[in-house]
Amino acid sequence: MFSPTEDPGPSFVEVISRVLPEKSALPRLISGPDGANYRSGSPISVPHGTTIAAVRYADGVIMAGDRRATEGNFIAHRRIEKVFAADKHSAVAIAGAAGPAIEMVKLFQVQLEHYEKVEGSVLSLEGKANQLSQMIRANLPMAMQGLAVVPLFAGWDILRRRGRIFTYDITGGRYEEVDYHATGSGGRDAKATIKLGYRDQLDTVSAVKLLISALLEASEEDSATGGPDPVRGIYPVIATVSEPGFKRVTDEEIAELTQQVLADRADRGVAQ
Amino acid sequence: MTMPFYVAPEQVMKDRADYARKGIARGRALIGTVYQGGVLLCAENPSRSLHKISEIYDRIAFAGVGKYNEFDQLRVAGVRHADTKGYAYSRDDVDARSLANIYAQYLGQVFTHEMKPMEVEILVAELAPLTQVGELYHILYDGTVMDESNFSVIGGDSETISERFSITFNKDWNLKEALRASVAALAGPERKIPVSELEAAVLSESNGRRAFSRLGHLQLDELLA
Repeated sequence: MFSPTEDPGPSFVEVISRVLPEKSALPRLISGPDGANYRSGSPISVPHGTTIAAVRYADGVIMAGDRRATEGNFIAHRRIEKVFAADKHSAVAIAGAAGPAIEMVKLFQVQLEHYEKVEGSVLSLEGKANQLSQMIRANLPMAMQGLAVVPLFAGWDILRRRGRIFTYDITGGRYEEVDYHATGSGGRDAKATIKLGYRDQLDTVSAVKLLISALLEASEEDSATGGPDPVRGIYPVIATVSEPGFKRVTDEEIAELTQQVLADRADRGVAQ
Repeated sequence: MTMPFYVAPEQVMKDRADYARKGIARGRALIGTVYQGGVLLCAENPSRSLHKISEIYDRIAFAGVGKYNEFDQLRVAGVRHADTKGYAYSRDDVDARSLANIYAQYLGQVFTHEMKPMEVEILVAELAPLTQVGELYHILYDGTVMDESNFSVIGGDSETISERFSITFNKDWNLKEALRASVAALAGPERKIPVSELEAAVLSESNGRRAFSRLGHLQLDELLA
């Protein structure tokens, strides 16, 4: 219970930094054995998430992420998930140091829900995008030490009735994309693929197929991006955000569409 | 030197209790009841935006009567407590019993130590995760907690309403029956409450992770038709 003058308002980040300072959401610099801070960019070996992409389609936005996390030249995880529902009408995908990124998503989800419950109304899509921006800015000291988090945020804007995509840099800079974007180590290849296949008002199936091929191309050019793995049944995580809300595309659907994408390529006689 | 007048502690407590009870009795009543697969909270509330019933966490709802600013302060504190606990531990570790205890501690503390007691009566409702059975914690202005597994009525004229409601109550009824009986009990035999003056919400298994949902006027019209 806070006095009215010290009330933290609807921000969960504020609440947690007052009641549990040791679990404070704001990261601190990691100190070396002699008390000195590690120099910027020093290689700390932690899992990194790689390629993520988002595309606007007829009903909203679709987001996708591959399933691989790497630690240097090792594969740290084969089944990591990088696309999350931030709330009912928005999704966030992560690239960069997996630990801080997943923690940031968790905090972001609670922050949005907390605001909604305390205020009795939902934040606007832009408000959500700005919240995420502030969290990334708070992570800047860690980013300077090599633990950068670079998410992609997309959602259905209830007021403007359309899907919107936001990208970020490590300083918390927020940029709105027009139709699509991809980041992470394989982001370049994924983005080029989307650019070539993109059309206005894509339907759901075509948009999902476009994202599957984008991640497939990225996985063939970038060793840190995982491709589809039918033997283990590992496929990218893909989710749509439209007026009814966030919805994950099922693995079965993605498996089937992946088969179609591969069959199309075989028809074209693409060299291995 | 002036000596303060001696007032017997019994008298102090009685005065405070009377003061709180008077404040609460002025407000309109609210019913919390279980039904098959959920919990219904239903109140008479002419305001559309100042809610008496709200969401606290995935399976926990809050309802308060009395002074709005006081129970709203408790509601926000509850949301903060639940979100902090869920963030620090796990979403599964947030439960209504612990929240009800915190409310009881706080209300008890205010009742004995502050200038004036809080003029509120609150209800913390939970839909148990595995059994899907509803549980209601009824907390008074002085920190007294009562747990109810069937129904609870709080606010002005609660005893009469409770009597009316207990005649129709049936643990296994559905939402429609529970809502109709609640509205009838709140209204009494001579009155009819228009839908625009009702506020209702449910904790229902069918809503997914966040079990709480408000029943809008359209839905209420349909259920009461």
